[in-house]
Amino acid sequence: MSEPILSVSDLAVEFDTYGGTVQAVRGVSFDVAPGKTLAIVGESGCGKSVTVQSIMGLIPIPPGRITAGTAMMNGVNIIGRKTVNGEDIRGGQIGMIFQDPMTSLNPTMNIGNQIAETLIVHRGYSKRKAFNRAIELLDLTKIPEPEKRAKQYPFEFSGGMLQRAMIAMAIACEPQVLIADEPTTALDVTIQAQILDLLADLQRETNMAIILITHDLGVVARMADEVLVMYAGQMVEHGGVDDIFYNSGHPYTMGLRAAMPTNQPGIDARLTPIDGSPPDLFHPPAGCGYCARCPHAMQICVDNPPPTYTLGERHETRCWLHHPDNNTQVEGINKAVGSSP
Amino acid sequence: MNNLVSIRNLVKYFDIGPNQRVHAVDDISLDIGEREIVGLVGESGSGKSTLGKAIVGLHDKTSGSVSFKGELLPTKYGPQDFQRHATHMQMIFQDPYSSLNPRMTVGEIIGEGLRLHRQLPAATVRESVAEWLERVGLEADHMSRYPHEFSGGQRQRIGIARALILEPEFVVCDEPISALDVSVQAQVVNLLDELKKSMGLTLLFIAHDLSMVRYVSDRMAVMYLGSLVEVGTANELFFNPKHPYTKILIGSNPEPDPKLERQRPSTAIEGEIPSPVNVPPGCRFANRCPKVMDICHHTTPNLISLVEVDNADAAPRDVACHLYT
Repeated sequence: MSEPILSVSDLAVEFDTYGGTVQAVRGVSFDVAPGKTLAIVGESGCGKSVTVQSIMGLIPIPPGRITAGTAMMNGVNIIGRKTVNGEDIRGGQIGMIFQDPMTSLNPTMNIGNQIAETLIVHRGYSKRKAFNRAIELLDLTKIPEPEKRAKQYPFEFSGGMLQRAMIAMAIACEPQVLIADEPTTALDVTIQAQILDLLADLQRETNMAIILITHDLGVVARMADEVLVMYAGQMVEHGGVDDIFYNSGHPYTMGLRAAMPTNQPGIDARLTPIDGSPPDLFHPPAGCGYCARCPHAMQICVDNPPPTYTLGERHETRCWLHHPDNNTQVEGINKAVGSSP
Repeated sequence: MNNLVSIRNLVKYFDIGPNQRVHAVDDISLDIGEREIVGLVGESGSGKSTLGKAIVGLHDKTSGSVSFKGELLPTKYGPQDFQRHATHMQMIFQDPYSSLNPRMTVGEIIGEGLRLHRQLPAATVRESVAEWLERVGLEADHMSRYPHEFSGGQRQRIGIARALILEPEFVVCDEPISALDVSVQAQVVNLLDELKKSMGLTLLFIAHDLSMVRYVSDRMAVMYLGSLVEVGTANELFFNPKHPYTKILIGSNPEPDPKLERQRPSTAIEGEIPSPVNVPPGCRFANRCPKVMDICHHTTPNLISLVEVDNADAAPRDVACHLYT
């Protein structure tokens, strides 16, 4: 693994609400290297979007609050900073695309000017130069007739085309990291395939790192080099994509796989749902966040948060089943080779 | 197997201006057998939901017919028709957030059908609601709560209880799991499966998650721009698609298996679904089809039964494509 371009450690984020303080992210660490894709997976409310939004400085403060953690990029902690060496981080060094392309663009501005705005603000381009570059970017994201399209407004674009336009905007300043927050969730599968291919092509050309947030394990299998599985605001497992799919060390990761149909002829195993629902993050459980839904939960899981166990090179999990004194063998769970407190 | 629902040449157009109409459903014929689950797939804008709503009478039909147990259903439903048919045909909606009235308690929502259609005393309705809440995996004392107190998966269970309390024979499930998380999707799918078995339900299961539809359905029907392009048994159609569109649709569905995904070439095709306002003549898929021929641009292919020369035992398959005529 080459040097990471972005490394996040122990990030914790809280939100004050009328109902109390929500601990949305409770100590998350990960890193991503140039040219690699990290997928962050987990169900709604597990903190995956909040994690990347706090790196981007997009969470409203107040009510939000980053209580701990660092995000190091090129040797500088970018949490709470707007610029590094005079250059904007947001939109400059890190680009971001959002889930819903229909509502994330300004309906009163034509597409070309919206892309050009990024270049005018971050790169100091003249209006004309920026607009011409916007046309090139639309061409790069494979939008047909880019000169004509640049003068059109969002309502004249389809969902897939808008997502391309948003990608064009995000890569306008040639970011080192591209954060894609559920980029294809609102799109049909045939359009999803086009957008995923486009992201992979752009990554090959520019060697940017991609952080892909998704809940679709099919998309993860297609795109990711490494996977971070989150649950209740914490990392439960992190590893290479093959480790996560074939050599998983956490009951939640295995539960997600068992809850999806496999597309193999002749295999029609009944789906195994994960019963219950995620814990209330106003009062996160003292022990493991998953213990209330875990089929292998033990008393220690309720009382104490599990430490991180190392299962292999760049493969780690937080689960008490890996404790050396645990004698319960769970099918499919491999014993840890070591642990870090 | 007897047909429970027979759809014949069903057409639904929406007028949107002078001489302009959306061809949402265009000449669809489909039979749904008793106790069968038919999965309906297609991209957004292909007319899946419109077809589902037209079948249960939530949309008036422009032309064509739907019959239920041999009885022809009205083209345009009046209040009496709903009164009569709602007891045996029901619908489960996609969005569990907007399809439940926020000002009604869960008990009122689920019991409304019984009150309107069966004129039962309040105490009997309450008992029945309590029983159904438990059948769908909630608790009887949830009936005095309001929808906002429930999670998405729980709300979908409320929607299911509301649809099934009248013990219908046929239920249209319009993307019942799309708005839910993976772990909860399996809960809802298994619940539908159990209820189907215990009540002998027939389902039209509309969804765009192809793996889930294959898992749930006995047969699958693929729609493109208002018409059916392929119908067949779920496993046959999924693993051996015939129509070029079905092949692309299934090929675009990423598998949750990294080794398989690395070997698989990209099947992405150019272009997007055309506007249903100006429907092209000939085959509707012609402008995106990798195997397009001259005939496709001017002659509309009919849905025909495919006869496999080398395999007489093959499951029945209907395809609308000139490659097979």
